[in-house]
Order: sequence, then structure tokens, then C-alpha cells
Amino acid sequence: MRRSPLRGRIVATYLFKRILQAIFVVIVITLFVSYAVRLTGDPAVMMFAGGGGSMSEADLERVRAALGTDKPFYLQYFEFLKGLVTFDLGRSFAGGAPVSGLIAAAAPSTLKLAFVSMLVSIVMSIPLGIWAAVSRGKAADQMIRIFSLVGVSFPNFWLATMLVLLFSIALGLLPPSGMGSFESYIMPTLTMGIILTATNVRLVRTAMLETLQSQYVMVARAKGLSESKVLYKHALRNCAIPLITYFGLQFGGMLGGLVVIEKVFSWPGLGTLAFDAVNARDYPVLQAVITVLALLIVAVNLIVDIAYGLVDPRIRLE
Amino acid sequence: MTTQTPLLSVEDLTVAFGENRVVENLSFTVEAGQTVAVVGESGSGKSMTSLSIMRLTDNLGAHFKSGKIMFEGRDLAQATQKEMRSIRGNEIAMIFQEPMTSLNPVFTVGDQISEAILLHENVSRAVAEDKVRQLLEMVRLPDAANLMKRYPHQLSGGMRQRAMIAMALACRPKLLIADEPTTALDVTIQAQILTIMRDLQRELGMGMIFITHDMGVVAEMADHVVVMWKGRKVEEGPVREIFANPQHPYTRTLLSAVPRLGSMKGERLPKRRPLTVLEDGQPKVVGEERVQDTVRTDEPLLSVEDMLVRFDIRKNFFGKVTHRLSAVSKVSFDVYPGETLALVGESGSGKSTIGRTIQQLQRAQSGVIRVRGKSFADMSSAELFKMRQEVQYIFQDPFASLDPRKTVGFSIAEPIHTHGLIGDRKQVTKRVHELLERVGLPSAVASRYPHEFSGGQRQRICIARALASNPKLIIADEALSALDVSIQAQIINLFMDLQADLGLSYLFISHDLAVVEQMSHRVAVLYLGQIMEMGSRQQIFEQTSHPYTKRLLSAVPIADPAFDRAEIRIEGEIPNPVRRVGDEPAILGHDEISPGHFVARGA
Repeated sequence: MRRSPLRGRIVATYLFKRILQAIFVVIVITLFVSYAVRLTGDPAVMMFAGGGGSMSEADLERVRAALGTDKPFYLQYFEFLKGLVTFDLGRSFAGGAPVSGLIAAAAPSTLKLAFVSMLVSIVMSIPLGIWAAVSRGKAADQMIRIFSLVGVSFPNFWLATMLVLLFSIALGLLPPSGMGSFESYIMPTLTMGIILTATNVRLVRTAMLETLQSQYVMVARAKGLSESKVLYKHALRNCAIPLITYFGLQFGGMLGGLVVIEKVFSWPGLGTLAFDAVNARDYPVLQAVITVLALLIVAVNLIVDIAYGLVDPRIRLE
Repeated sequence: MTTQTPLLSVEDLTVAFGENRVVENLSFTVEAGQTVAVVGESGSGKSMTSLSIMRLTDNLGAHFKSGKIMFEGRDLAQATQKEMRSIRGNEIAMIFQEPMTSLNPVFTVGDQISEAILLHENVSRAVAEDKVRQLLEMVRLPDAANLMKRYPHQLSGGMRQRAMIAMALACRPKLLIADEPTTALDVTIQAQILTIMRDLQRELGMGMIFITHDMGVVAEMADHVVVMWKGRKVEEGPVREIFANPQHPYTRTLLSAVPRLGSMKGERLPKRRPLTVLEDGQPKVVGEERVQDTVRTDEPLLSVEDMLVRFDIRKNFFGKVTHRLSAVSKVSFDVYPGETLALVGESGSGKSTIGRTIQQLQRAQSGVIRVRGKSFADMSSAELFKMRQEVQYIFQDPFASLDPRKTVGFSIAEPIHTHGLIGDRKQVTKRVHELLERVGLPSAVASRYPHEFSGGQRQRICIARALASNPKLIIADEALSALDVSIQAQIINLFMDLQADLGLSYLFISHDLAVVEQMSHRVAVLYLGQIMEMGSRQQIFEQTSHPYTKRLLSAVPIADPAFDRAEIRIEGEIPNPVRRVGDEPAILGHDEISPGHFVARGA
């Protein structure tokens, strides 16, 4: 077709817009976070507070000069941006390790945890949601809705603690903390998975109920297709748009929730890194973590947009 | 053609949701090669009957209270869902009403058709695809190979319904159930689909159950007719018998309510006709016959001159418009006080756009709209607001156009408050009650909510709301299309009574030519945003001059099985009105071939 050269250009424009958007998001978020964290305390004071020794104003001044925190905020922020462009994120205030090394070590752990949790919730919520929709108003539907309500009401740290009490302390089946073997993944991802599933199940149920009313579902049944083909092939694909949208949004929210989960299970990820960096007022590490998280969210949004086109031919890029 | 045992035999079937019986003690048979039409109005149980034969009622939560569905020696009423799956789509196939929603939007047309073949026949994908190509050619879809790779949204309604037929016929079923297969289509497309279905049935020797409310379609398609009313069969017989000599009072009322094209031959003016209604189980003729001589031709109430409406459809990278839809191209007409002007045409003809532009729901790019000689452009915003009071709109869907959370009394009173017509609260209530009685509803219903009313009652409420602001002109946009024929006949009379009493003018937008013939003084035939022919009722229907009008009239199904149908083969789709910028449609001039009768030149 004649449209194809145009298509390439449209895709290029689209990606260009996306990159601009990512830059904008990173600047706004890091600016806000960097400024806010500087209002909460002085890293120089924090360093000495740990050691318990006495400090003079001159000592503090020296430390501030060494860290660079004596300069005005806009200059510090400018330094950070320059670091981003040149891929030199500086060194941690606490310990002096290169920030990029810390990120590189922590990011994969978080990503693994996030994706496995997401997967657990999708694998649980889709069949449960469909089951609830198909048996609308019957016992199964009621049970699933009660589960969903209970799941939404659980605080994540409480659920995590209960799981540890049950599986590690009482039964001794699973390691209580750390990341390593397959077993160590079970509890953190289950905690996240259950909490995500609680909301997802309702979404799947609602989307499915609407789709099941469609005439094409009746047509699929009239063809003689089995019920599982009707549900999982014809109906589910048509629910995909609201589900993908929501899963994408949820990913961002989940990264926040992971800070708590990582802390409870001593998971060596970005959440733990960010948590410690806030406590130590470790600006370079905190700024770097936030930047990585912001970029992750932008990337997930991009994936969501591409997924729309894959599942629904009506919104493929013209 | 007849065999010893019928192909399908429904015996004493009762279908119920809980205790609510939707089909009661129904029996009928279908022979191979025979077309049985099941006719009835909404709620008659005709669709439930077809879904019961497919056992798709199970998914809706219905169950059988009694009866057998015998198909080739098996009782489908007792079959398991697993057994049914090998019959569905294979031996019994079904076509549904809405071609727009019956194809799954996320799969290609080819995949959806080959799915049934792969399921029921032990063939390879390549063989199945080959079959799909043949099927698409069989339903006369051009360029089948390319079409298979397309998605439903890239096809027009008529093309989708043909793809749907191809899907239903994929495994050469012995019985085809068609549930209102052409109701949502334009008449010219309907004529094509009906021809295809008739030809294919003859070719494949299928039995066919044709479910419809359209007596014209019944007359064209059926061998045998089953009339259903409130879940029961009230009458059945050969099609000519049913039309010539209906026995049951309900059948007689139904047939008398059907508007017939050509029934007003020789009449200069539209005519209000008495209604046949069922009273205590007997048909009774009520109401008077009256010639609708209401037009006052001194000064036009509404005058439209060279209206031009275009919509920007596609933009390029820099936001420059590259494709435009020419919805209305230089259309001019007048509407006189007390007159009904009908705008007729197929989808995309621009008839609704004209109505919406006059109601100021959207803007025209150019042209002049005058009300009583004063142009919209010269009006102050207060005067334009007053126009919204004097010109009222009635929509097609009476379900969607009333707020479900407000009482109908509130909805009717709203325009009175908006335009500050009556200040006193008590007087407003009194007026609302008057209006409800005027449209034939008891005043006590003012405190009820829309869901408590039937479709016909809701349309009456919409009319009462339109009347609330004392309009001079009512734009009725397919206001009768969603109604059953008996209700439709009542609403037509209501429209005509209101015109006689209040001197209202109507701009009557419709695709139903038989209704238009009965109730309009003048008619404008639109095609792709331009008037092809305009003139009095008689000029359009009896001295038809433009080939497009002729084509349109020939496509209307005639509700008379004895009518000698000349085999008019209508081919082709309604063209796409979207064009590249710069490639503007040619504006056709008009010739006045006799006083008041305008015909487009050329093309």
C-alpha cells in the first residue's frame, strides 16, 4: 500500500515524542524529590550522628564542601543533570561507592521481584475474574468477591509478616528473608501478587461481564466452539484494552509498594536502596534511584501503548 | 422437496426464565429446502425460539419446561452441551441481527470463518483457507483473498453481514437460522443480502428459519409463516394464505398496521388512517380517516439555502487536513408551516447531519438557514437560544434519549424551566400533565422513571418533551425506526394529529419509504450529501424521475407475496463519502421538470 513510507515517519515521530516525554518526566520528578529531601536534614549532620562523636561547625563545613552540599540547590541539581548526560552519577555520600554500581546491583533484583509479582497476579486474577463473571451471582462469584474485598483491606507489611510467621517460623518451609534460591521468591511475590490480584480480579470480572454481553460471544458459541475457547480466545482478547491499561498503571503503584516489601524481606533491591538513601540523606543515590524508577514507568507506558496495537487492530498506528 | 420426516420439528416447546415463560407450547416444523418465517413484535418470543433450537438459551439462564426439538432423529432439548457443540455451526448455523457487532473486532474475517471449518472438519489450515476464499466469493464479496486478511472494522455493514453469512454456511449446514439478518441494513443492501440468501438456500437445499418483524421481508422470503404473539404461536400457514386470509385477530391487526409502499397511489395529500387495534381479543377499527391538508404556503417557516457541512477526517503530520467527509453539499429546501418534509436516503446520505445543523448541534461551513425570513447569522445569541425552543429534535432511540435517573415529569418540565416559559410551579405541573395526556398517556405517570415504560411509551414521552417548549418545527430523526409496526402506526397518527391541531411543521428524517409516503407532504431524496430529487409526495412516488430514487424504491420489500417481483439485481456498495482534500465532489445542478419537482442533473 501507498501508506508504508508515511508509516515509518509516523513511528519515528511517535518515538521522538515519547523520548521528550521521558526527559520531561525525569526532570520534574527528580527536581521535586531532590528539593524535598534537602528540606528534611543535612547529610553532614547525619554522618556524624552515626558516629556519636562531637562535631564543630568547622568540621561540618568541611564535610559539606567535600560532598558539594554547600553550593546553592540549582548548582547541585545542575551537577546531577550533567552527571546523567555523561553517565557519571557520582559517589554515594554513605560509603563512597559509585552510584552507578549500586544501581546496577539493585535494579535487577527489583525488576525480578516486580515482574514475578505481576505475573503471579495476572495468572491468578484472570482465571478467577473470568470464573466470577461466568458464575455471576452464584457461590463462586460471591467467594471471589469476598476474597477480593479481604485482599484489598490487608496492609502489605501485615500480610508479609503473617506469611513469614506461618511459613518460616511455624512451618520452617521457606527462608524468611534474602534473595537467592527459588524458595526465597515465593513469599515476597505472593504477598505482592495477592494484593494486586485482589483489585485485578474485580477489574477482570467487570470487563468480562461486559464482553460476555457482546453478540460476537454469542456468535462464537453458535459456531460450536468450546466454552474455554469462547472465554479465553474470543472474550478475553476483547477485555485486553482495559486490563493492559490498568496493569500498566498498577506497575507504577507497585514500585512504591515494593519499598515496603523489600524492607520486610531484606530484598537487596532499589526499594531498600532508596529507603536507606532517604535515611542517610544520600542525595546522589536517591536521585539516581528516582530517575531509574521514572524511566521504568515511562518504559512501561510505552510497552502498554505498543500492546494496545498488538491486541486491538482498530488502534494500530495508521 | 418434502421428505417423510421434517428436518426440524419443534413440539410443544415451553421456555422459561425461572417462572417467567417466554415461549409457550410452541410447535412447528421445517422441511429441507423450506423457508419458515417466524414473525412477531418485540417480546413475542421469536428470538428465544431460535436461541432455544441452538440451545444457546442455556447460557442466558433459561430452561425448558416442556417439549421436544427433534432434529434428524435427535431431541436437541435433551442433548448435552458437548453434543450441541458438534451440531452448532456444523449442522445448524445462525446469522444474527447486528452485523456491526456479530464479528469479533480483534480477529481477521478469514480467521473467524476458517475457525468453524477447522473445528468441525478434519482439514488442514491451507484447505480451510481455500474454502474461506470460495465462501467469500459465494456471498459475492469482491477480492476475497485480500478481504480475508482484513478486520471487521474495515468493512461496511453490508459486507460484514455477507461475511457473517459466509461464516454460517462454512460447514454447509442443513438448517440455517437467520435472526433479523437485514434489519440494521439500508434497503438497497438489504435487497442484495436477501437475494444472496435466497440463491444460496436454493443451491444448498437448506432448511431456513427466518426471524423478522418486517412483513415485507416475510412476503419476499418465506414459504411458510408462523405468527407469534406473547410467546405463543397464534397462527401458521403458507405465506400467501397468511397474507390473503389471516385468521387470528392478532395477525389481522399486525397486517393492517404494516405501512405499504404504493398504498397511497392517486392521493395528493398525506392521510391519517384509522387504526386496527385488538380490543377484548377482537380487531377493532378506531380513529378517523382524515386528509392532512394543513400546509399554509404564504411564507416558509424554515428555509435552507446551499447548506454545506464537511468533517475533517484525517490530518497529516503537520496537522493539515488531508481527507474530508462531505456530509452535506449545497443543499437547499423550504419547510412551510403545517408541512411535513421528509428527508430520505441511505446511511451516509447526510440526512441526519442536515437535521443536526438546523438544531444548531453543529455548524455548517457555509450556507444560510432562515427561520421566518431571518437568517441564523443575523440573530443575537438570545434569538439563537429562542430558536432552540422553537425547533425541537426527537431522536431515534427513545431508550437513550431520556435520563434514566430522572422522572419523566422532570424530563418534560425541563425545557419549560430552561426557556422560562412558565414561572409558577403548579402551572408547570399542570402543563406536564396536559402534555402527557396530549400524547396519549395518563397524567399520573409523570412521577415514574423511564425504565418503567415500553419503547412506544418512551417515544410518546419524548414527543411530550418536545412539545413542552411550544415548538414550531420538530425534527424527527428516524423517530419511528426502533418501534414495532403496531406502535409505529399509533405514533404516525399522533404526529399527524398534533400537526392538525397545533399547525406543527416536521422535518421527517427516515429511511422507511412506506412511512414517508403516508405522512409527508413533500419529499427530498438525498444521496451522498446532495438532493437527487425533491417534490411532492405524488411527484416522488408516482412520477419518479431520478434513477437513484427508482433504485431506492425498487429495493423496498413489498408486503404482498403475490406481488410480481421483477428481478432487479442491485449491485454495489454505498460509496465512501470521505475524499482527499482537493478532490471535492461535483455539485449537481437541478432541473425543475414540473412545478415544485426538482431533479438533479447528470450522474
